[in-house]
Amino acid sequence: MTAAPTISAPTTPRYSAVVKTSVGFVAVAAVCLAFADISITTLDPWSEMKRMAWGVLTPDFSAVAGLGMVVMQTIAFALSGVALGAVGGFLLSQVFHLGPVRWICASVRAIHELFWALIFMQMLGLSPLTGVLAIAIPYAGICAKVYAETLEEAHLPALRILPRGTGILSAFFFARLPDVWVHIKNYTSYRFECGLRSSAVLGFIGLPTLGFHLETAFSEGSYSEAAALMIIFYLLIATLRYWMRPKLVGIYVLAAPFLLGGGAVIEMSNIVRFLTVDIVPAPLRGAALLDGQTWDNLGHWAGTLLIDQALPGMVATLLLSQIALVATGVLALALFPLISEKFFGPVVRTVGHGFLVIMRSTPEFILAYVFLQLWGPSMLPAIVALSLHNGAIIGHLMGRFSDEVRLRPDSPGGINLYGFEILPRVYGQFLAFLFYRWEVIMRETAILGILGIATLGFFVDSALADIRLDRAMFLIAVMVAVNVAVDSLSRHIRKRLRLDARAREA
Amino acid sequence: MLSIRTLILSTVISVFLIGGVSPRAFADTFVFTAIPDEDEARLRERFNKVADYLSKELGVKTEYVPVKSYAAAVTAFRNNQVQLAWFGGLSGVRARILVPDSEAIAQGYEDQAFVTYFIAHASTGLKSSLEFPKGMAGRTFTFGSKGSTSGRLMPEYYVRRNFKNAPGEIFTRVGFSGNHVKTIALVQSGAYQVGAVNFKVWENELKSGNIDPAKVSIIWETPPYPDYQWTIRGDVDKRWKPGFKQRVGEVLLGMKDPELLASFPRKSFIPAKNSDYQPILDVAKQIKLID
Repeated sequence: MTAAPTISAPTTPRYSAVVKTSVGFVAVAAVCLAFADISITTLDPWSEMKRMAWGVLTPDFSAVAGLGMVVMQTIAFALSGVALGAVGGFLLSQVFHLGPVRWICASVRAIHELFWALIFMQMLGLSPLTGVLAIAIPYAGICAKVYAETLEEAHLPALRILPRGTGILSAFFFARLPDVWVHIKNYTSYRFECGLRSSAVLGFIGLPTLGFHLETAFSEGSYSEAAALMIIFYLLIATLRYWMRPKLVGIYVLAAPFLLGGGAVIEMSNIVRFLTVDIVPAPLRGAALLDGQTWDNLGHWAGTLLIDQALPGMVATLLLSQIALVATGVLALALFPLISEKFFGPVVRTVGHGFLVIMRSTPEFILAYVFLQLWGPSMLPAIVALSLHNGAIIGHLMGRFSDEVRLRPDSPGGINLYGFEILPRVYGQFLAFLFYRWEVIMRETAILGILGIATLGFFVDSALADIRLDRAMFLIAVMVAVNVAVDSLSRHIRKRLRLDARAREA
Repeated sequence: MLSIRTLILSTVISVFLIGGVSPRAFADTFVFTAIPDEDEARLRERFNKVADYLSKELGVKTEYVPVKSYAAAVTAFRNNQVQLAWFGGLSGVRARILVPDSEAIAQGYEDQAFVTYFIAHASTGLKSSLEFPKGMAGRTFTFGSKGSTSGRLMPEYYVRRNFKNAPGEIFTRVGFSGNHVKTIALVQSGAYQVGAVNFKVWENELKSGNIDPAKVSIIWETPPYPDYQWTIRGDVDKRWKPGFKQRVGEVLLGMKDPELLASFPRKSFIPAKNSDYQPILDVAKQIKLID
């Protein structure tokens, strides 16, 4: 005689799509890790690390001649670039619903500022315009997208009560814009902070910003000087809200061009030559376009480039960015409790904030540069740099987000609170931040090739070193394609998992 | 409050200012650059002195502009943003292909027969030899800059010739340090086991006490080849005055200040011509660095 059980326990647990996606990404990263080149190649990384630590303890502010001017120029490039990018992006956001506009914006933001600078350098030389455009163009692409999305999501109660016959312009400026202006302003000021980082990094290839002197100081092992420059940079970002007043923006933007410094004379012929000769694939230059042989040559040229450079570069870029993406996620999950009221008191939180501010203010490029000096060339310095910087950004946002979570009065504490309460409740937001960051990590991974890691950027840099601009442009085009693909995959996953769109500042 | 009108207006004005105000500053200045083959501080000190000397002797305001890469030096020369440059063999050949009427006008005495040292970390056990050291195979190897003659072109040529294979196939890891001082530092620290370095920079670093012979030493020396030279654009006569090019050449050859010469370091400067660098062009084509 048997009594049938009334409740049957589920035999296999059902995992949600979010968990499956997460496990999938971790698995992919684990496979990538098996193929990645990870090692410390320096025999004695400690002695260099000690010298660096000593430099941090003894910053030398007198070592950089004209430090004030360098700081001003760093700000000036960021200001001009971001202002131009924001205004351009704003105009583009009005026509963002047009397919071609969306594609152009996606393509221009897929190219990193450093590559834009290297491209403009071929046309304009080391003139201030090179630096300004290098920031303005990708930023216009990013701003256009974000502004368009912001405008689209607005509730716009004012728009509905407008009298009939209101002109489009009036409707826009008096009913549509005021509603979203705060969001646009906040996003633009966040972009300006990014602009300062971009501006500093552009110095590494010769523009007169902080990075110029930073590169010199690091490569000559003058760590006290490097520390001074980094401290100045942190101060600049930390005090941003005190000197970047809305009322002063107009004056700042007008003053900026006078601070960009002199530079090279721009010649039209250089621009024309770049566009009509340099970037034309070598087999097509001066060849008979009706001759089949010409196109055979072109096919051979593109094929060789694709197999010898683009493919290995692409594989390395993907390997590295998938590992860095997961490492970023793990780090963000580990770091955010440090600044969360739910877990720690004011002392730990202050230290946590300090660490996160420094890590997210330091551009990945500079972090990677430092770790490369310490550990020698492999993917390790890049992975650590990318995950520290991006992990700190996401950790910071998550910490803020977790503070908003309301707990029951009898909620557990410590690790139980983390694992069973907070983590499940913030996880969706966390994934949204992380997927938003994916595209950025990818872009940065490519650029780290300039430092010698064999990602796509390495091959672009080599082509530029050989003054083979046609090859450089071909490889950059491949990079754009990979980036746009990752961007749309990320959008697809976010949509499928119904992740919140509030992740833009990540 | 910041209005969108202010932002747009100030940005538009600012664009005109960026285009209009800044770039004309250097229009009358004779500008030169040099490939960044060494520490920047040292280059600045040397070439600012050269700029003072040229200003005085030429009677034209002369300025040195530092660049961050070999390619940037060539590009600046090509785009007429500098009119004179201290190039290496390879960068000079590239620049003169890109600027057809440009000319090599002076070289260092030592540049007629320049050599590259292959250097190795003591832990490799590799010793100095007259034969090409095939024991390098399977080690890690660093070149200098990607565009360097003594740090890339010639060492790669000899590696390919002796191993009949590309560096990437012979060494476990191939890097580009960026400059010669860096190459020495990387091999000395063991970050790379073997490297290729400009012999002049090696001697200079040795004299400055920056090299520890117990850690890093020379294992092989390439046969001689022509290297550094001053190259000038062909249109300078039109821009300044007739005979300007020739005068620049004379002034460079007339550089006798021992301190200035020692900073290069070169014994003296002697006349040069484009055809002196034919061997460099041939090698570059052979290993496909130039099409």
